[in-house]
Amino acid sequence: MEIVCPAGTPASLRAAVTAGAHTVYCGFADETNARNFPGLNFDRAEMRDGIAFAHDRGTKVLIAINTFPRAGDETPWHRAVADAESCGADAVILADLGLLDHAARNHPRLRRHLSVQAAAANADAVNFYAESFGVKRVVLPRVLSVQEIAAINAETEVETEVFVYGGLCVMAEGRCSLSSYATGRSPNMNGVCSPASHVEYHDENGVLDARLGGYTIHRVQKDEPAPYPTLCKGCFSAGEKTGHLFEDPVSLNAEQLIPQLQKAGVTALKIEGRQRSRSYVAQVVGNFRAAVDALEAGRPMPEGMLARLSEGQAMTTGAYKKTWR
Amino acid sequence: MELTVGPNQFFWSAERWTSFYDDLAKAPVNRVVLGELVCSKRLPFFQDRIPDAISTIVDAGKEVALTSLALVTLKRERKLTGELSEMGVEVEVNDLTALAHLPAGLPFSVGPLVNVYNEGTLSWLASRGATRVCLPPELPLASVSSLARAGADAGLAVEVWGHGRLPLAISGRCYHARLHGRSKDNCQFACEDDPDGLAVHTLEGKPFLAMNGVQTLSDSYTCAAYQIDALRDAGVNALRLSPQSTGFTAICGLYRQLLDGVVDADHLVDAMSRIDAAMRLSDGFLTGPRGADWSGKTVQP
Repeated sequence: MEIVCPAGTPASLRAAVTAGAHTVYCGFADETNARNFPGLNFDRAEMRDGIAFAHDRGTKVLIAINTFPRAGDETPWHRAVADAESCGADAVILADLGLLDHAARNHPRLRRHLSVQAAAANADAVNFYAESFGVKRVVLPRVLSVQEIAAINAETEVETEVFVYGGLCVMAEGRCSLSSYATGRSPNMNGVCSPASHVEYHDENGVLDARLGGYTIHRVQKDEPAPYPTLCKGCFSAGEKTGHLFEDPVSLNAEQLIPQLQKAGVTALKIEGRQRSRSYVAQVVGNFRAAVDALEAGRPMPEGMLARLSEGQAMTTGAYKKTWR
Repeated sequence: MELTVGPNQFFWSAERWTSFYDDLAKAPVNRVVLGELVCSKRLPFFQDRIPDAISTIVDAGKEVALTSLALVTLKRERKLTGELSEMGVEVEVNDLTALAHLPAGLPFSVGPLVNVYNEGTLSWLASRGATRVCLPPELPLASVSSLARAGADAGLAVEVWGHGRLPLAISGRCYHARLHGRSKDNCQFACEDDPDGLAVHTLEGKPFLAMNGVQTLSDSYTCAAYQIDALRDAGVNALRLSPQSTGFTAICGLYRQLLDGVVDADHLVDAMSRIDAAMRLSDGFLTGPRGADWSGKTVQP
């Protein structure tokens, strides 16, 4: 199985390639991609150089152009697709119907993948994108169980890619405006979720409140670790209960499900984290590459290989196990 | 400008459901979208009542459309989605799965849960037979204006979220079931006790969201009353009102009077506070900066 690794910077790209990534994904340094964070992503020259570096070592590069173009100003997105092609990208990862149509008509030889932000959650939707826009691969939303992924693969020729490690969206991706409701900035329009620019920590009498857009969604004693206030993993009250009503502050780790995902017909395993450091990327990539190589050689999977990286943060297999729902 | 009533987002008893549409038939609205949007497990409780409700509304001289589910994952949901067009009324696509199933050449409308953020997407949908699009509630006025112009050029009606709790997210997980310590498959219909969703407060006790099964809504009710001139100038064709359990036909009447110039926005807001004093309002997605913001009159309870 193919390991698809994040690269937020040219240094991370080189680290991922060197650590054994089959494929690296990255984005241009603007709002055309869903990790539009300060100091991240690639200018055009960096992208060209990064792709050349990767191709020299047999690694593919995918460019995510997976936000939704702004009405009245679609040009930056169209330019991103054109530049991805001229930089030599192996594929673009797109979510918007209009942009998929544009790419299919104007850049027919540029391979198109469907972003998780399009949330194609069943075989009919997947095949629809393939028939309409020639999509060759779909990144599946994190709302599906392994059995459902197998069912999709049984009914489509389109390759499937699934997230196995890193941040976890609890909501169907590309269909969530919680962040813009609280902060005015959203994944779909701005490529950000619960942005740091809207986070405040408030310290009073030994209690530390974490606020997003003025809403207090975490409260810890001052000596406890304070998780980042991502909206869907915040603490709220409803009815008689107070707690993490949507999801605990966990991240995804499906390493132990790799054999099942392979049986389910999955082509590629995706690691989240373009905002992560190159050393993190190198370590996660190295571990997943080792796991996939072991699987393909018929050796047992290395166990608990990523526990160290999570540094006490809770891990989940998310929707892949049906009980998560 | 016309008024469209969107699909009820909540789980109501079959009796409440029927009487809601009986009342709505008499309300001054042009178009009604009905059916199940949020959770396929609710559908068996009122599915057999849909044909009668359609007849009642059509007989009252209104247009009717049938919504698709917002998130289609299970085999029976795919089958259900495929059968929508057999009901003989227009389908409102709220997940592209429904578009995949529509017979070629059949006109359809597009609901607010399909990502229509730009002219490219709007014109592609028009080329596939879309005759009407309700824009995603997240869009600011500038985008609404661009898209309304593009809609006029493409011969397609553009609708904007005008009133009601905002559909902010949809998930594979049922939060109502989780709150009660159950899984989605064994939810025992935990959402049925909350006809407008269950209030979700922040840790300082501010009302913030409303949970509705697999859906997460805003606590606030959008009210586009102060943006009517801007929307009309932009060429928006219709305002969408989203059902709530109390005073809904009166709310429809107020918006009709507002559009007709009989009452102004301040009057509408005062009247709504008498319908439900706990209803907090927002129009921040249109005006900025945040979706939760409100540009209009503050009514003291």
